[in-house]
Amino acid sequence: MRANPKDVNTGVYYIDGDVASGYGALAAGCKFVAGYPITPSTEAAEAFARIAPKAGAMFIQMEDELGSIAAVVGASWAGVKSMTITSGPGYSLMMETIGFGAMLETPFVLLNIQRGGPSTGVPTKTGQADMMQSRWGSHGDYELIALSPDSPQELFDYTIKAFNLAERYRCPVMIMSDECVGHMTEKVVIPPADEIEIEPRRFYAGPKDKYLPFKPDEDLIPKMAKAGDGYNLYISGLTHDERGYPAENGGCQSVYTKRLVDKIRLNKDKIIELKEEGLEDAEVVVISYGISSRVAVRGIEMAREEGIRVGSLRLVTVWPFPDERIAELAKKVKAFVVPEINYGQIAFEVERCSHGMANVILVPHGGAGVHHPDDIYNAIEYARRLEGRVEGVIEQKTRLERLVFEERIKLSE
Amino acid sequence: MTVLKAVKSRVKHPMDNLLRMDRIPHIWCPGCGIGIAVSAFAAALDKAKIDLDKVAIVSGIGCTGRVAGYVKIDSFHTTHGRAIAFATGIKLGNPEIKVVVFSGDGDLISIGGNHFIHAARRNMDMLVICVNNFIYAMTGGQVAPTTPLKAYATTSPFGCVEPPFNIPYIADSSGAVYVARWTALHVRRLTNSLVEALNKRGFSVVEVISPCAMYYSRINRLGDGLDMMKFYHDNAEIKHGEDTKNLDIGFQTKIIVGKFVDRERPSYLESYNRWLSEMKDGTP
Repeated sequence: MRANPKDVNTGVYYIDGDVASGYGALAAGCKFVAGYPITPSTEAAEAFARIAPKAGAMFIQMEDELGSIAAVVGASWAGVKSMTITSGPGYSLMMETIGFGAMLETPFVLLNIQRGGPSTGVPTKTGQADMMQSRWGSHGDYELIALSPDSPQELFDYTIKAFNLAERYRCPVMIMSDECVGHMTEKVVIPPADEIEIEPRRFYAGPKDKYLPFKPDEDLIPKMAKAGDGYNLYISGLTHDERGYPAENGGCQSVYTKRLVDKIRLNKDKIIELKEEGLEDAEVVVISYGISSRVAVRGIEMAREEGIRVGSLRLVTVWPFPDERIAELAKKVKAFVVPEINYGQIAFEVERCSHGMANVILVPHGGAGVHHPDDIYNAIEYARRLEGRVEGVIEQKTRLERLVFEERIKLSE
Repeated sequence: MTVLKAVKSRVKHPMDNLLRMDRIPHIWCPGCGIGIAVSAFAAALDKAKIDLDKVAIVSGIGCTGRVAGYVKIDSFHTTHGRAIAFATGIKLGNPEIKVVVFSGDGDLISIGGNHFIHAARRNMDMLVICVNNFIYAMTGGQVAPTTPLKAYATTSPFGCVEPPFNIPYIADSSGAVYVARWTALHVRRLTNSLVEALNKRGFSVVEVISPCAMYYSRINRLGDGLDMMKFYHDNAEIKHGEDTKNLDIGFQTKIIVGKFVDRERPSYLESYNRWLSEMKDGTP
């Protein structure tokens, strides 16, 4: 299905990533955004609030993040595509209802413009330390989808894709962006509506009295119905059977949670999107996502100028994780270099998937800034020189860390 | 057996089309007032002649949180405290749906207190039925923000030292357009109040004082459910239009019931739609 021209502000823009995501949501057919102001995500909510009424969409500023995400799940069950927008502390507050959304198999999108943490951290500066939280931050067992765009254009494009995935797999989809991409102003091209592919909600169409809201199709995903259509839905966060009725027993718990994880795990190949470059003859591969992949581009260029055969694997989809692809590469390459703005989250996943066949070098960054390209270049260079297999993840210090920890520059400077 | 089946199939309960009979028996204890509140609500739905396909009920967590599962309309059993916020999403997602939040005092006034006052401030179009049993019953009788001073609870073993919330007063001062309180004994008046509130635009609140025979009355030595009903009979005083600040409930003191607020104020959707119609080209 193509996008509705009323929802698409076709044109060439010079806007930041947050704003681009707001435009992307509208283009995807999102009709409801509920949010609570939090730096550095506010521009996305402001943009959506500005452009929504013309397209018959609505923005409401709720009293807190707990209310925002609850309203978003409610609106989705009323039949409209919905999204919430937040950052660090707000994201933590939303965790319970993210699990509720996963449990109810509710399609919705959450835009997290990551900032430095923990706690209030550095509200105005970047971070990538919510990656693990985005996977299993809510209690209980579930799987969901997380994307990590690296430019304003991608924040537009992948916000649309996030909505499509949410509808296709009936699950919450996280857009795990960061302050740097969110506040980066670049050219964004919004194409005409007929060039934008939209996944409509997969509504049940059979006889009403036969409808079972949690009876999966062959692809493990049940068809949806919405409130107000006479289905007498009973939708509960309690473990439930196919009718939606609570069934608090071991059998139902196993069958149900297994399907919640399997519907994502078994459809992984269709969900995962990676951007690969120069992998054919690479001896070192840089695995990156979000803003770190933008910095990695320069580090990789520098290494190539020195004649190092280095490739790039960018995780556009972070969850579900591309286990097989990384395992396959681990057999062929000497090492993976993983720059990320945290002290090792995705790097440990890469280590798990390389099964000891390739070294894994983490280039961590504490946040409030991004890596220097030299950091990535140095790690690549080190990875090439390193002989033999080293167990675990090897941590490479960044320039900034050497400055603060070894040369003891004043932290207030 | 065959005879029983035959009898069963012949006898139809008048509320069969309003309740999920396949989920009966319900989970509530003998002597509990929640079932009474549910039948009053079902009767009100019937009386108000609303298209049942266009009514959604949203509950939070707790004993009253289970109501959503027994009424045969679109039902949502949400997370603790978020029923009103979830209901806000349903209402704004599809304004044609009449949204009813049916939950307990702990869910709506404690963990969900912020949503309660803000929905009232916005005059969000919904009816909130709050069953107040003075205690956290589902978890075994802990102290609630509605537990009267000096009353015992498992986590106030020497008597509650915190003054309780007066729910109609919060609703009134936050902007609700309809506020009433009844006990589980006042079934007919409660039903009539619910019919009135269902026909109201904006944020309506009906508090239902309910016996918790398992925890509140046991730990406070107040007898069984029937004894508490007897207490309501002797101590509830109907005072329509009473100033909501006079509605505090003490331990085994008089309970003032009635309709306290019934006023007009533009609801959220009325205000929003008026603002939309005044816009030119999508900009105000």
